[in-house]
Amino acid sequence: MNPAMSFDVNRIREDFPILKQEVHGCPLVYLDNAATSQKPQVVIDAITRYYAEQNANVHRGVHYLSQLATREYEDARVKIQRFINAAESHEIIYTRGATESINLVAASYGRKFVHEGDEIIISTLEHHSNIVPWQLLCEQTGAKLRVIPINDDGELLIDEFAQMLNSRVKMVAVAHLSNALGTINPVKRIIELAHSRDIPVLLDGAQAAPHLKVDVRELDCDFYAFSGHKMCGPTGIGVLYGQSHWLESMPPVYGGGDMIALVTFEKTTYNTLPYKFEAGTPNIEGAIGLGVAIEYLSGVGLNRIAAYEHELLEYATEIIGAIPGVKLIGTAREKASVLSFTVGGIHPHDVGTILDQEGIAIRAGHHCAQPVMKRFDVPATARASLAFYNTKEEIDALAEGIQRAVEVFS
Amino acid sequence: MRWLKAFSGQSKSSPEFEIEIDWEMAELNELYQQVILDHNKKPRNFKRLETANRQQEGYNPLCGDQLTLYLEMDGDVIKDVGFQGQGCAISKASASMMTTSVKGKSKEEAEVMFEEFHQMVKGELDPESEQNHLGRLKIFAGVREFPARVKCASLSWHTLHAALEGKGEAVTTEDEHRQD
Repeated sequence: MNPAMSFDVNRIREDFPILKQEVHGCPLVYLDNAATSQKPQVVIDAITRYYAEQNANVHRGVHYLSQLATREYEDARVKIQRFINAAESHEIIYTRGATESINLVAASYGRKFVHEGDEIIISTLEHHSNIVPWQLLCEQTGAKLRVIPINDDGELLIDEFAQMLNSRVKMVAVAHLSNALGTINPVKRIIELAHSRDIPVLLDGAQAAPHLKVDVRELDCDFYAFSGHKMCGPTGIGVLYGQSHWLESMPPVYGGGDMIALVTFEKTTYNTLPYKFEAGTPNIEGAIGLGVAIEYLSGVGLNRIAAYEHELLEYATEIIGAIPGVKLIGTAREKASVLSFTVGGIHPHDVGTILDQEGIAIRAGHHCAQPVMKRFDVPATARASLAFYNTKEEIDALAEGIQRAVEVFS
Repeated sequence: MRWLKAFSGQSKSSPEFEIEIDWEMAELNELYQQVILDHNKKPRNFKRLETANRQQEGYNPLCGDQLTLYLEMDGDVIKDVGFQGQGCAISKASASMMTTSVKGKSKEEAEVMFEEFHQMVKGELDPESEQNHLGRLKIFAGVREFPARVKCASLSWHTLHAALEGKGEAVTTEDEHRQD
């Protein structure tokens, strides 16, 4: 049976209190999920419960509450480990989000393994968070940043990538799923090619984690970065997955409490993984909330989510793509969640404002991916990004809204 | 459907639809008035000014709007003005109407208009009840109902302000962001 068929979206919608509200007198149509997802009631409840019943600092107290908070916090780590099928829970490092995860690798791995004359490879369709940390590293070390080109559909040119690999390349960092175009990159192939030359690969999974089943051992990626808030969890919590042997060989980036074993003024011995990278009191509420979000997503089923969203994206591509004047930006064969487009001569911001008056939330702008915009020679696009709680009726509302924008500007 | 009716009520079709207009639609109509749509479609002074003796770049980094402003100053008077760039309807129309409004004005007069315009789009000055020198620029008062668009309307004015001060560096609307 087609898994999308058995998907009861109306029941799912009941889990998200925010979806019941009206905006500007119209039912909210939330199509800005690539920016951040909405939160189910179970996540909201978990955060409230934590502060109402469990709040204490972790890893520090002998008292009841501290032990309770520590257990909840560490249980969430195990949930995350299982969610992405990591070998060990200590390979899960809590961060503030995918951005911090990538910065952590650039700073720590970079400090140890990247030197003048080395090369870092990223791709044209990266989010700024997977560009700028590597630029900073290159500035500091004298390494060179190289960029995998894409074709007019927004797909990476893998043959050109293979040509770029050489002994000077010390890291390949690419998005699993592009936030601006929706392209699903052939990451397994990328990893195979890089590993054949012993080059580690970091995947920016900020967009992929809520939409695709991620198995870091099957992918065999060295690092995987993602954010809680894009996958039904709270803001301010994210994950860096790293294979143990890398994390063990990398120096800490932040010093402070929790990341040490023994401190004297002469020498400090660092704590074991994962605490070596988690200085200071962490985002306990965020970790617990993310753990619950992951349980919720697993309950719905990532494969079912992916199948339903695929059907929805195909529908949206057909309906929106058929509107005269609409040009789809990003037409890769393998896509998920994201529909980026321009409407005739109308600036995406004007489209966004007009849709907003209809209660429809989309993103208008460069999506923190200015090089992609430049590649397609547009200053900005309008972007509708789907989640598993969106419906075909909402796509129809979007289509009507776009048509109205065309009328206003005709 | 109420949308279609609201707009057709304003412009092309039968008047019986006018009863459908509600306040939000009225706000949107006020934002995208015909004059603004017209200036967006046919921006005035949209050219590189060969006689310019000042040039200033302006950016709105959050949305990627970009503007180059050219001024020909004759002492303290803006003798001629032109602009190029890309942006949304609000930013383009605002730049276009700004150029027609400040041409021939003194630096001092233009700075007063900058202040008043800025206050108006932020909702701090009501051009109908308070004294001002905005004239036709009052049409942008509707922007105050759309906080996300204030930066679009004021980009060209920030750029003009920087050009008049002779800063030379590109200005961005980010300072505005922090103030708001």
